[in-house]
Amino acid sequence: MTASEPTGTTTGTVQPAPGTAAAPGRATRGHERIAAAFARARAEDRAALIIYLTAAYPDPPTSRACFEAAVEAGADVLEVGIPFSDPMMDGPVIQAANQHVLEAGISVGRQLELVASLGHLAVPKLAMTYVTIADTRSYEGFAAELAAADVSGVILPDLPVAEAEPWLAAAARHELATVFLASSVSTDERLATIAGASSGWVYAAGLLGVTGVNALQGEVTQQLVARVRAHTDLPVAVGIGVRDRASAAEVARFADGVIVGSAVVRAAGEGDPAGAPARVGALVRELRAGVADRG
Amino acid sequence: MSILTPPPEAEVAREGYFGAFGGQYVPEALSGALTQLVEAWRDAQADPAFEAELDELRRHYGGRPTPLYRASRLSEEAGVEVWLKREDLAHTGSHKLNNVVGQALLTRRMGKPRVIAETGAGQHGVATATAAALFGLDCTVYMGAEDCRRQRLNVVRMQLLGAEVVPVESGTRTLKDAINEAMRDWVTNVDSTHYLIGSAMGPHPFPTIVRELQKVISIESRAQFADQAGGVPDAVIACVGGGSNAIGSFADWIELEDVQLIGIEAAGEGVGSGRSAATISEGRQAVLHGSRSIALVDDDGQVRPAHSVSAGLDYPGVGPEHAHLAATGRGTYLAATDEEALFGFRRTSELEGIIPALEPAHAVGWLLRHGRAHLGAGARVVLTMSGRGDKDVDEVVEVAGWDVGVERAFGTADGAGDPR
Repeated sequence: MTASEPTGTTTGTVQPAPGTAAAPGRATRGHERIAAAFARARAEDRAALIIYLTAAYPDPPTSRACFEAAVEAGADVLEVGIPFSDPMMDGPVIQAANQHVLEAGISVGRQLELVASLGHLAVPKLAMTYVTIADTRSYEGFAAELAAADVSGVILPDLPVAEAEPWLAAAARHELATVFLASSVSTDERLATIAGASSGWVYAAGLLGVTGVNALQGEVTQQLVARVRAHTDLPVAVGIGVRDRASAAEVARFADGVIVGSAVVRAAGEGDPAGAPARVGALVRELRAGVADRG
Repeated sequence: MSILTPPPEAEVAREGYFGAFGGQYVPEALSGALTQLVEAWRDAQADPAFEAELDELRRHYGGRPTPLYRASRLSEEAGVEVWLKREDLAHTGSHKLNNVVGQALLTRRMGKPRVIAETGAGQHGVATATAAALFGLDCTVYMGAEDCRRQRLNVVRMQLLGAEVVPVESGTRTLKDAINEAMRDWVTNVDSTHYLIGSAMGPHPFPTIVRELQKVISIESRAQFADQAGGVPDAVIACVGGGSNAIGSFADWIELEDVQLIGIEAAGEGVGSGRSAATISEGRQAVLHGSRSIALVDDDGQVRPAHSVSAGLDYPGVGPEHAHLAATGRGTYLAATDEEALFGFRRTSELEGIIPALEPAHAVGWLLRHGRAHLGAGARVVLTMSGRGDKDVDEVVEVAGWDVGVERAFGTADGAGDPR
């Protein structure tokens, strides 16, 4: 494997991976804001609800209203999808939303203007996109743009820790947290690396596969969350495969956060744009009830 | 295959990288599969039985070695001495089987019952379906819907071989979208499935594995050229999409610095026209499909649609080792337009009785139009005829508007009488 993969093993102790001991993202303002959002949810004995929506979908004003509706209905954190032409980890719903925004000619710059206009919402916002977008604009430049748009953190699902050092340095300079994904097929060594390099939270994939297609693999995911916890005190949130109140409740029983994307994007995009905020709000209220239902 | 050759320095410096290019930009779910593949490849290289079985299959199943043929009439027209490395004569009609048989053996070593593949022109899909039939593996091939249309013959071949062909309707409905869809399948079914990548691209270790498996082309041609022509050629020329036939054609010559390595990309309607697939000529450093290389990406980071008359070269990326060879100057990357490719297609057919695939027809078209000026009269070149053109006949007739069997639509090597 790659040279920076750790050789030591960790079992049961919280131990950052070699080379990432500093986890520079954890000293950032973005990390603090995310941590506060998780703490508020924990104080209410529920999981945090993280809502993903594609920026500027189906159009910029409707998108803005959907983000507002999601927060109004109880989202604790927002993930803002920055569309990419070749979204390898996304299923048909988010692919189509990306394609729609790109075909409308809405640039990343305009998407970030939209994000910047959400400053009145008192929740942390993370940008979720692919490494090609960040890399083409230069890591430093992209991190600066995100910080200027009041973004607290970033998720780049195709940037593994082994390739991430230059990004992490730029992100930390701009007070951004960086959330890495963990998978049920990750080795314990890799989970240690992922947990060590993450800030904000650790994103545990709820299944093997892309967004918005298959149902949550509950038992496997619960085991994954437990394995991640062995390596970190960071919150662990589960996404991919969570789509409704029942699956949100299932995850809330073993994770600190519940991430829902495709189902919300579908609500935003199906039907009349004027009704999109109401549809998103209704779904998020259901999900919010789910994350509070820990049985 | 020279499995004991030490890798280039850059790879020693940082595993999985060729200078600044390469790496593993993939979702975490694939990390384990890539580690497993690295290990399976390392074990296979240390196992004489692997090399022996590969060699046996190449000879008696695949039809290797393929001939090196001195193309006299093409030489006369080009003004340079042209030797064709006849990968079109290999089983399944292209160089693709070289890589596929090796990776199918690795799949078996890893104990996986299923392979998936992307395909553009269909040649890699056919080769994969062939190996899947031979090894008793389940096989799914992702192919852009547009490519299914223009390479229909290969769709039928894959289906006959027992593969499921999935037309990909997303994005530009061509090769890049087929790769996206194959990646999504792999992320979902990684436990049971090997993604049999067909080009010298993707995350480490694919670019290295594909190069080593395709290197047989240049190992053979180097010995054949010394034997049949004497000495070494002035240049080795191959078409470049993702770059598998080109890296295989170059690999054994890289150490001989007097031998020019020339990759010909597909320029579509022309470099700078906005309808081109000439990635190295007009791309920028970017991450695409799992590695850092050069790609056609706009200022926003979005991948630009490529265009080429050839489905196999219609790709906005290129393998990382080609990016490195271009960056270091060891390789020279130029481009041929659709029109030049169609010209090469026609002239190879007429002068040599060889109907080439549209992909290597780009290299021939470039050589006929620019070879003498670039290389000097009488230069000796080895050109990889990477595949046969049966699959392309319908599309060529349609695109070129040729009235088959009637007046010739094309003129001579100087470009006079070009088609409309």
